[in-house]
Amino acid sequence: MTTLSPGAAAPRNPWLREVRYEFLRLLRTPGFALPTLLFPPMFYVLFALLLPMGRSGNWQAAHYLLATYTVFGVMAPGLFGFGATVAVEREQGWLRLKRAAPMPAGAWLLAKAAMAVAFALLVFAIMAALAAGAGGVRLPASAWLALAAVAGLGVLPFCAAGLWIGLVASAQAAPAIVNLVYLPMAFLSGLWFPLMLLPAPVQAMAPLWPAYHLGQLALAAVGQGSASAPALHALALFAFGAAFAALAARALRRA
Amino acid sequence: MQPVLAALRGIHKRYGDTVALAGVDLELRRGELLVLLGGNGAGKTTAIAILLGLLRADAGSVALFDGTPVQRAMRARVGAMLQTGGVPDTLRVAELLDLFGSYYPAPMPVAEAADLAGIGDLLQRPYRTLSGGQQRRVQFGLAVVGRPELLVLDEPTVGLDIEARHGFWERLRALVRAGTGVLLTTHWLEEAQALADRVAVLARGRVVAQDSLAGLQAADGLRRIACRTALAPARVAAWPGVVAVERGDDGLLTLQAADAEAVVRRLLERDPDLSDLEVRRTGLAERFLELTTEAA
Repeated sequence: MTTLSPGAAAPRNPWLREVRYEFLRLLRTPGFALPTLLFPPMFYVLFALLLPMGRSGNWQAAHYLLATYTVFGVMAPGLFGFGATVAVEREQGWLRLKRAAPMPAGAWLLAKAAMAVAFALLVFAIMAALAAGAGGVRLPASAWLALAAVAGLGVLPFCAAGLWIGLVASAQAAPAIVNLVYLPMAFLSGLWFPLMLLPAPVQAMAPLWPAYHLGQLALAAVGQGSASAPALHALALFAFGAAFAALAARALRRA
Repeated sequence: MQPVLAALRGIHKRYGDTVALAGVDLELRRGELLVLLGGNGAGKTTAIAILLGLLRADAGSVALFDGTPVQRAMRARVGAMLQTGGVPDTLRVAELLDLFGSYYPAPMPVAEAADLAGIGDLLQRPYRTLSGGQQRRVQFGLAVVGRPELLVLDEPTVGLDIEARHGFWERLRALVRAGTGVLLTTHWLEEAQALADRVAVLARGRVVAQDSLAGLQAADGLRRIACRTALAPARVAAWPGVVAVERGDDGLLTLQAADAEAVVRRLLERDPDLSDLEVRRTGLAERFLELTTEAA
């Protein structure tokens, strides 16, 4: 089943192909696709649906945890999709071979970012279906859209962080480093359990973590937000993403 | 003369304190197969990386067609096989060829590239399920799918069995006949002998010889003289025309000499009891050893 007719020598679009094959590769990598797509809904079922955290006043577990577990899921394609795959490709020489070839500069980066956004939106779709279908979450269309936007855009600063890790760490170390960053940060940012259930020092430290800021934006989207201004959280995420993008750009020039 | 496709001029490159290349000049023309021959650590891979724009030289200039390897339009006329050309495991052969073809302005259809690389029956196989030799052929397919005018192959036959190697050489010869320029590195003499129009010998970061095979063999008319004699090696070494002297464990004296006739005459004069005399032209293997150790 070759996709091209014999004799044809028409140019093919390299950007689209990079995106397509990046997505296919990750879909065929069970070690990435399964945890990325299964863990957030699994945790959601466990903590939002099976454990009766219930509701108090304005607080609704099903809504709240929809936001935080979506964010938990959204970070993974950024951190793992970049961190682990870039380290492997760099080490095995794939990146080198592509750079020796006339690949458009940046096509591989764009493809990975597009893949991360696609996986983030996929995580959002799975979570939304689960929350609406089994969690009884009812939101206005604008809130669903806002949460989708938080997922699709929120993955980008984590892409930058993952890219930097992938460029400086070995293929063996990268997944471990990402896990060391990812899991504690998710916990400390209140993505697993609501922050208010965590000790006061953890709550006080939370604004240090980018995951916290993305969590707050997601909570605001589903009407579970605190009083703090979304613009500040967005700004914090932007600064975090820009800092790692700059670090990655420097590492890339040396790679 | 055919046009020059690629040239390195006065290339220097060091990694920290280690000198990788110390003034390398190379030139490759259309329809020519140039073998860059050298042992491990001779600088072959560094030279290739600089030619492809993967590394920047500390000094010297790189020309690729009428531009430099930094320009994508120039790289679009080159296909490369690298030593560490790791390919993602999960993609299928047809997908890999489709992807790499998309980088080039007028790529071959996937099936054509597959036929050329001898992987027509593997198109639907994921890369990880292929044997080492098959993977190497896929990498060759990625190098040719863009119809390059210049092929740069870094140790392409490492890990291939003899049959696969001969098949590969056949494919390469056909491409060269069709006008493709090929730069191929190897540390393996037989490969140079089988393929090369011209051989450049790289040792310790320098091109220590660059010639046709016949020229390289004849190079300075050195011949190897062996005999049993009572003469002291140190004395013989001082004679005019003698380049190197060595006494083997078996008592055989071996010398490399430029003017073999004069040296033999003198040997026989000085030692009438001399026996087992043998004179022959140095083979490429010896010549290669000689060149690479001279540079040390």
